Amino acid sequence: MEQSTEQAAAGNAREALARTIEARVSGVRRLPSLQQDLAFEAEADRLLEVCRALRDTPELRFEELMDVAGVDYLHHGREEWLTSGATRSGFSRGREVNAPPDPDMPGRFAVVYQLLSITHNARLRLRVICPQTSEPVVDSLVEVWSSANWFERETFDLFGIVFRGHPDLRRILTDYGFIGHPFRKDFPLIGNVETRYDPEKKRVVYEPVSIVPRVLAPKVIRHDNRYEPALKAPELPR
Amino acid sequence: MAQSTHDHPLAEIRNYTMNFGPQHPSAHGVLRLVLEMDGEVIQKADPHIGLLHRATEKLAESKPFNQSIGYMDRLDYVSMMCNEHAYVLAIEKLLGIKPPERAQYIRVLFDEITRVLNHLMWLGAHALDIGAMTVFLLCFKEREELMDVYEAVSGTRMHATYYRPGGVYRDLPQSMPKYQPSKWRSRKEVDRLNETRSGSMLDFIDAFAARFPASIADYETLLTDNRIWKQRTVNIGVVPPERALQLGFSGPMLRGSGVVWDLRKKQPYEVYDRMDFDIPVGTNGDCYDRYLVRVEELRQSTRIIRQCVEWLRHNPGPVMIDDRKVRPPSREHMKGDMESLIHHFKFFTEGYEVPAGETYAAVEAPKGEFGIYLVSDGANKPYRLKCRAPGFAHLAALEEMVRGHMLADVVAVIGTQDIVFGEVDR
Repeated sequence: MEQSTEQAAAGNAREALARTIEARVSGVRRLPSLQQDLAFEAEADRLLEVCRALRDTPELRFEELMDVAGVDYLHHGREEWLTSGATRSGFSRGREVNAPPDPDMPGRFAVVYQLLSITHNARLRLRVICPQTSEPVVDSLVEVWSSANWFERETFDLFGIVFRGHPDLRRILTDYGFIGHPFRKDFPLIGNVETRYDPEKKRVVYEPVSIVPRVLAPKVIRHDNRYEPALKAPELPR
Repeated sequence: MAQSTHDHPLAEIRNYTMNFGPQHPSAHGVLRLVLEMDGEVIQKADPHIGLLHRATEKLAESKPFNQSIGYMDRLDYVSMMCNEHAYVLAIEKLLGIKPPERAQYIRVLFDEITRVLNHLMWLGAHALDIGAMTVFLLCFKEREELMDVYEAVSGTRMHATYYRPGGVYRDLPQSMPKYQPSKWRSRKEVDRLNETRSGSMLDFIDAFAARFPASIADYETLLTDNRIWKQRTVNIGVVPPERALQLGFSGPMLRGSGVVWDLRKKQPYEVYDRMDFDIPVGTNGDCYDRYLVRVEELRQSTRIIRQCVEWLRHNPGPVMIDDRKVRPPSREHMKGDMESLIHHFKFFTEGYEVPAGETYAAVEAPKGEFGIYLVSDGANKPYRLKCRAPGFAHLAALEEMVRGHMLADVVAVIGTQDIVFGEVDR
C-alpha cells in the first residue's frame, strides 16, 4: 500500500517534468515509454538547442549525460521463425527472407542519450533520428556535456554515425585499421576477416573469415495479447 | 631522462612521446596510453582502448535473453553480480515483473558482497601500484572468503550467472564447503579454517561481517596516515564537482568530488530503501578523498550485509517468481509430465519473448552507475543492448586528470579511477 502511494507520487513528478519539458523546450515530442521511464524525441536540426535548454533551464537541470547509444532499426520487428503459419515445403517454420530490408530505409539510425538530473533526481531518455541514412550525421554534444566525447567516438566507431563538430572523431574500440561498422545489423556477427600468424611472412596476417555463419536460436516474435502495448497501457500517447 | 639532450642535434625539441602499456602491470589490464611529456610532466595523454573488445552487446543480440546473463559477469569482472543485476532489472522492467521479497534481499546481499570484493581488489591493486605491498596480501586474504561465498551459492568463484529475471537461480545453501586435511594442511590448521564454516552460509557471512571491520581498521592503519601514501594521493587528480558532472562521473568518483549522489539512496531499487546505511562524501576531489570514500563504503557495505543476513535468517520463502513464462519447470515435474518437458525444451532453446519497448535500468555498481539500455522488438532476443559502463566515462577523463602531473602520478590516477577493462572495452 505504502509502495503504491510512493509510485503514484513518482509518477506525478514524472508527468510534471514532462509538462515542464513540453512547455519550456521546443523541438521535442514525447515518445511512448514504460510508466517508470520518460522519453522524448528531438528534431535533429535543433538537437544542440534542445540539449542546452535541458541542461540550463532551472526546472530541468540535466547536468549529466550518462550514456550515448546508437541504434540500427534495420531488422526491427523482422522475425526468423513463423509462429502462426508454416512454410509450404517441409516441416520447418524457418522463414525465408524473400525481401531483405532496404539498407537506405529512412529512420534507420538513431542516437539515444540518457540524461540525469542530479538537482531534481530525474532521468530522461532523448532520442534523435539521423536525417539521412546513407550518411548519418547528427550534431555533436561535446560542447554541452564533455562526457559526450568518448561516447560519440564509440557510436561513430560501431555504427558509422558522424557527429558534426566533434573535436576528435576517431575509432575507439575496434582494431587499428578496422574496416566497417560492426554493430550495424547488416555487419555479420562473425565479422569479415580473421587473423592468424603467418610463419613465412613472420607476422600476423588478415584473411577472409573461414567460419560459416549460422543461427543457433532463431529470432521469434510471438504476438502475445498480454504484451500488446495498446492493451497494457492505453493512456500513453501514441 | 631529459638531461642528455644537451649535445643532441634535436636539443630544441623538448616534448617527447612515450608509450605506456598495454602490458604494463599498473595499466590494470590492457590500457595503452600514448603520453606526450615535457620532461617528467604530462602534456597530453591519449588512452587507446578496445584491446579487450569482445562485442558483448552484439553477441547478446544473437542469443535469447537468459543466455546473455553470463556475459554480464565478464564485463566488469571484479563486480560480477552487480552487472547481472542491471541486466535482469532491465528485462524485468520490460516484462513488468518483480522478484519475490527474499530474492530482492539476496540480491542486495550479493550486491554488497560484490562491492566489498571490488573495493578490496581496488584497494590492494591501487596500494601495490603506488608502493604498498602488504595491503595487497591482506586484501586478497579477505577476498578469498567472499569468493568462497560466491562459489557456494553459484558454483563458480567469479562468473556467477546467479541472478535471473524474476529472482535468483536458487536459495542460499544450508552449508559451506569445508577444508579437508592434506599433506600440506594439518588437522589443527583445517579445524581453525573450518571454524566459521560449520553452520549455514548465512552464519559464515555473518561471521565475516562481524570481524571484517577490524580488517578495514588494519588497512587504514597501514595507509590513512601513512606519509608516503598521502604524498602520492593528496592533491593528485583533483576533479571539481562541476567538472565531475560534465564528465559523466558516477559512484565514488563523483562522491569523492563532494556531490551527494548514490542510486541506492536516490533512486532505490530492490530493498535498498529499507536498509540503514550512510553515504560517504569527499571534499577535495583528489585521489586521497576517493580512497577515504571507498574505505568508508567498505564499512557501510558490511552494515548492509548484516541487515540482509538478519532478515534472510527469519524470512524463508520463494526466491523465484512463480511465472511460467520466465521460470523453467522443476526437474521433478519434467520427469513425469510431458508438458513440463516441452516447456523446459522451449524455455532453454527459444527462451521467452519480451514485450516491445525500450528501457534503461541502472544500479549503483561499485565503480559507479552501471546501466543497461535495452531495446526489444517483441522477440526472444534483445534487439539492442547497450551497457553503460562507469569506467568508460572515467577513463575518458584521464587526460584531464593527469595533465600537468608527473609520470608517476598517472599510475595513481589510473588506480583511483578503479578501471577494469572488461567493462571499458565491453
